[in-house]
Amino acid sequence: MSRAGLLSLQILVGVVLLLIWHVGATIPIFGYTLLPKFFFSTPIDVASRVVQMFAGGKIWGHLYVTLLETVLAFAIGALGGIAIGFWFARKPLAAAVFDPYLKMVNALPRVVLAPIFMLWLGLGIWSKVALGVTLVFFIVFFNVYQGVKEVSPVVLANARMMGMNERQLFRHVYWPSALSWMFSSLHTSVGFALVGAVVGEYLGASAGLGYLIHQAEGVFDTTGVFAGMVVLAGFVLVVDWVVTLVENRLLHWRPQSAAAQA
Amino acid sequence: MATVIPLKPAQGPTASAVRLTDIAIEFRIKGRPPYKAVAPTSLAVADGEFVAIVGPTGCGKSTLLNAVAGLLKPAAGKVEVYGQALAGLNAEAGYLFQQDAVMPWKTALDNVAIALEIKGVGREDALGAARDWLGRVGLGRFLDRYPHQLSGGQRKRVGLAQVLIRQPKILLMDEPFGPLDAQTRQIMGSLLLDLWAGDRKAVLFVTHDLEEAIALSDRVLIMSAGPEARIIGDHRIDLARPRDAADIRTHPRFHDIHKAIWGQLRAEVIKTYGEEA
Ligand SMILES: Nc1ncnc2c1ncn2[C@@H]1O[C@H](COP(=O)(O)OP(=O)(O)O)[C@@H](O)[C@H]1O
Ligand SMILES: [Mg+2]
Repeated sequence: MSRAGLLSLQILVGVVLLLIWHVGATIPIFGYTLLPKFFFSTPIDVASRVVQMFAGGKIWGHLYVTLLETVLAFAIGALGGIAIGFWFARKPLAAAVFDPYLKMVNALPRVVLAPIFMLWLGLGIWSKVALGVTLVFFIVFFNVYQGVKEVSPVVLANARMMGMNERQLFRHVYWPSALSWMFSSLHTSVGFALVGAVVGEYLGASAGLGYLIHQAEGVFDTTGVFAGMVVLAGFVLVVDWVVTLVENRLLHWRPQSAAAQA
Repeated sequence: MATVIPLKPAQGPTASAVRLTDIAIEFRIKGRPPYKAVAPTSLAVADGEFVAIVGPTGCGKSTLLNAVAGLLKPAAGKVEVYGQALAGLNAEAGYLFQQDAVMPWKTALDNVAIALEIKGVGREDALGAARDWLGRVGLGRFLDRYPHQLSGGQRKRVGLAQVLIRQPKILLMDEPFGPLDAQTRQIMGSLLLDLWAGDRKAVLFVTHDLEEAIALSDRVLIMSAGPEARIIGDHRIDLARPRDAADIRTHPRFHDIHKAIWGQLRAEVIKTYGEEA
């Protein structure tokens, strides 16, 4: 399928969905409105609200806060995951000792931690960052751990025969392998950083996209809720696109997957 | 006639590049008695000598090479390198592995240059030498390719350049041309002989292809089927050098030698299949 063909199909699906939404919300069928405005708003109202948000300019501050929280959560979580991942992969005893605790914390639904973080860190950005970190850390940690463990034994033996010392092995073998695993989960971990930020804002904050949506919900402003979600979705798309760029830049040594080539 | 020297190699006056004396190698497998892959066996490779090891698949050829490389510690026996007992990895040896062993995240050029860089050679000098070596193995046009963008034979040649650039005194090669088609194998064989003629390293060359072994080497060792595999034959190949690895196969002398060795090898191959059937 050509690029243009695919794009037109994608647009078609969007248009049809919007049309169903619009018709359902505005045109009564047998005197009955399928999607009452109060609960579903209308696409035109939502669109004009989004335009208003950007025209008024107050959305930028919220976007900035959410972006900052996401980036910080990702950076801190990734650094922690890399450090601990390497440590455990090279020191099996440490991994064995901490294993049950890590499993325990990872099994915990992170939302329940949000109030605790707010208690500790206040309503500012750091409680949201902390929530994101608990999500990002585990993904990066597991991938780095795996990446170090799964280094091809032949590549490793070859590097050792070449005369690499431990430091050189780290730099030229373990590190690239771990990074490739970490980057293969980049979309997921960045996504989770964003989830942490937005959920945190939703539960208690004074700025950010999650806060905007929560506020609108508080006054039954359905249009505001949908507008917030649209902005959030657009934001996610942009972040995801940037991640793809970074990924292509850093993983260009890897074969394209069959799906990507098709 | 190819002379058959039974079992223990003759003790030369000079120290051999590699000497294995009565080494045995076992693998521990959980819940089972250890698998005795290699029974006490001995071999020696003189400096500058090209020795091939031929044996049925799974007999322990790679295992033996790993012991010479220092990657595996034998359960018994001695490994000596230029007269010194081997401790840890064999620093004199370059090892071309049976499987792909180049780093997938480095280009062909970087894969070869790194072998010098880790020894402290400057980046520019290392790159220059790497370009030179890749040119010699016929990859001058593929410097910037990543391993996954190269064919199996090209990857092997990157591996070869990566090993040779360090100028090791001993070259260990484990079925280096294994996955290649017959024609490419012969071309690679000729290339290897040309490179080897330059500085005559001691070579231990593992292959399952008897013709290839005869075409390339000074001596062909036959390994028996496992378990408890041993070197059971030692045939001197008196074909004149320099040789062309492809043309030599049509030489009448080649056929005589081949016939003499094949009888012995065939018995071992049949044993292997008999056990697995
Ligand atoms: N790590 C291992 N653990 C147990 N058995 C092994 C291991 N490596 C090799 N073997 C066994 O040792 C024998 C020799 O293997 P190998 O040296 O790879 O054979 P080849 O002659 O084909 O190179 C085989 O029977 C194989 O199954
Ligand atoms: Mg093998």
